[in-house]
Amino acid sequence: MPTTPLTDPGTGPGSGPGPGSGSGSGTGTGTGVRPGSGAGRPPLRARSAPPAPVPARAARLVGLWPYLLIAPTVAGAGYLLLYPLLRNVVISFQHFRAGELIRGGAAFVGLENYRRVLGDPEFWEVTRRTLVWTGVNVVSIMVLGTLTALVLAALGRRMRLALMSGMVLVWAVPVLAATTVFQWLFQSRLGVVNWLLTALGLESFRGHTWFADGTSTFVILVLLVVWQSVPFVALTLYAGITTIPGELYESARIDGAGSWRLFGLVTFPILRPLFGLITSLEVIWVFKCFAQIWAVSKGGPDGATTTLPVYAFQVARSLNKYDLGAAISTLTVLMLVTLLLFHLRRLHRHEGEPP
Amino acid sequence: MIRRVLLNALALAILLVSVFPVYWMVVTAVKPTLEITSETPAFWPSRPTLEHFATAVAADGFWGFWRNSLLVTAGAVLLSLAVALLAAFAVARLRWRGRRAFVLMVFIAQMAPWEALLTVMFIIARDTNMLDRAAMLTLVYFMITLPIAIVTLRGFLASIPPELEEAALTDGASRPAAFRRVVLPLLAPGLMSTSLLGFITAWNEFAFANTLIIKNQDDRTLPVWLSSFSNVFGTDWGATMAASTLFMLPVLLVFLVLQRRVVTGALAGAVKG
Repeated sequence: MPTTPLTDPGTGPGSGPGPGSGSGSGTGTGTGVRPGSGAGRPPLRARSAPPAPVPARAARLVGLWPYLLIAPTVAGAGYLLLYPLLRNVVISFQHFRAGELIRGGAAFVGLENYRRVLGDPEFWEVTRRTLVWTGVNVVSIMVLGTLTALVLAALGRRMRLALMSGMVLVWAVPVLAATTVFQWLFQSRLGVVNWLLTALGLESFRGHTWFADGTSTFVILVLLVVWQSVPFVALTLYAGITTIPGELYESARIDGAGSWRLFGLVTFPILRPLFGLITSLEVIWVFKCFAQIWAVSKGGPDGATTTLPVYAFQVARSLNKYDLGAAISTLTVLMLVTLLLFHLRRLHRHEGEPP
Repeated sequence: MIRRVLLNALALAILLVSVFPVYWMVVTAVKPTLEITSETPAFWPSRPTLEHFATAVAADGFWGFWRNSLLVTAGAVLLSLAVALLAAFAVARLRWRGRRAFVLMVFIAQMAPWEALLTVMFIIARDTNMLDRAAMLTLVYFMITLPIAIVTLRGFLASIPPELEEAALTDGASRPAAFRRVVLPLLAPGLMSTSLLGFITAWNEFAFANTLIIKNQDDRTLPVWLSSFSNVFGTDWGATMAASTLFMLPVLLVFLVLQRRVVTGALAGAVKG
């Protein structure tokens, strides 16, 4: 699922404008050029040294440049992100079914939708399942990812290259290709997994129909998501491990620490911020995961793989209860925001400065 | 010594388990049908064949889905590249009130809960007569890829010393000209990486494509088409795997290009340093 890298390579401190920039909001002083934009870089001053009296209005216009540059971004985010978020909240307070979708004119009903959603045992069942889904996935992803990263760091050059290439290959598999492949792997009669399990003596798996059973579908989806997520974690953690100076390990080893202790004494404490960052990213990604579940099972069989995003979509689109769906979505967003706040606090500490 | 062997065995096990599904996809795609439907799986195709690829390519509307996917992806990537370049320049090169807040918002937008906005996006698209339109999907993908594009481009821009631009300015070039002639060439790898990242996201996207394109089956994108493989190919797993392989190829290419970029970038840095 994570197709985007953690953060970019150059997000660190090198973000500010050029050197020697003056006060950000300098008013149009003598030169009157670009107040508050280029912030009086030397060459600009040099250029404006000849008396080129830029009128005050043009100067103010130049000061608007940054805002013009971000205007398309702000407009896009306003219409395509902020507005949908707000509209979702508004619909969650309305009576909004198929009729209102076609005719419009939805009436406000206060907290009625939330009362119905929160009073429905199914919602709590789905929430519990979402937490289990997130927990199982994230723990597996982090354990296997860390293990792979440590193995990568300890390997010789050729084997490491092979394993890294393998990780990149798996990372490159599109979600929808992965879902079809896993459905093929776990196919009942011809699937290679059932063949292997039968060959290992587990006769009961001969012709086992994985996708007819709730628990086994859930397990396959976990395997799928873990398989897709481990490469990102492994490669990122490995990159982190390579930045740890070797002397730290040397001295710990001299003190008689074994491999496990080395991890606990050196690797983990140093990479703790990175671990925290990756864990919270994975929590968010897994929590809101939709495509894999929908493509494989549509939340079934019997709702056994219905997590909150899937539930919201089902209630809204399949049952035409857009109002209840919006309430569930809003609650999901609230839970995600809570997770995000944890993540941002980590990010804050990780970067040492607010991003 | 024993430790070495165990370590390598563990590495090999991880490698095999993780790569096997990809291997199995490709092998199934080139196996003769008889070997696919045999009770004992063949782990190596005795007579590799391309017949399943032929079946996949000949499937109804196959090229149309490719065209839809390519158009939507390319449109979203170009749009987000252009918009992100402007914003990244403002953030990395200029100092203005609200800059920090803006950067923070971009970081937050990177984590936007898109999966929770599926239905409301459907309603908005319906209200504005944008349902079943590639343009709507392009816009959504543009917004999904925009934050990461800004963050990435800002990083690349920040790594280009402003002095280079300033030198051009002193030589009498206008600001846009200085940007075009000095910064843009240096920014090429950054633009490349950014667009490839966006490409992967948009190419893979399933949920919105599945929600916003519903009426005309021919307007769907590749992931949605692939998700309905059992309607298209029935139990023809060879063709399904061939179609999946074809769908993965562009992404794999992109990864290889990115990989080389990263390596050459690191090398260039080492040489220069």
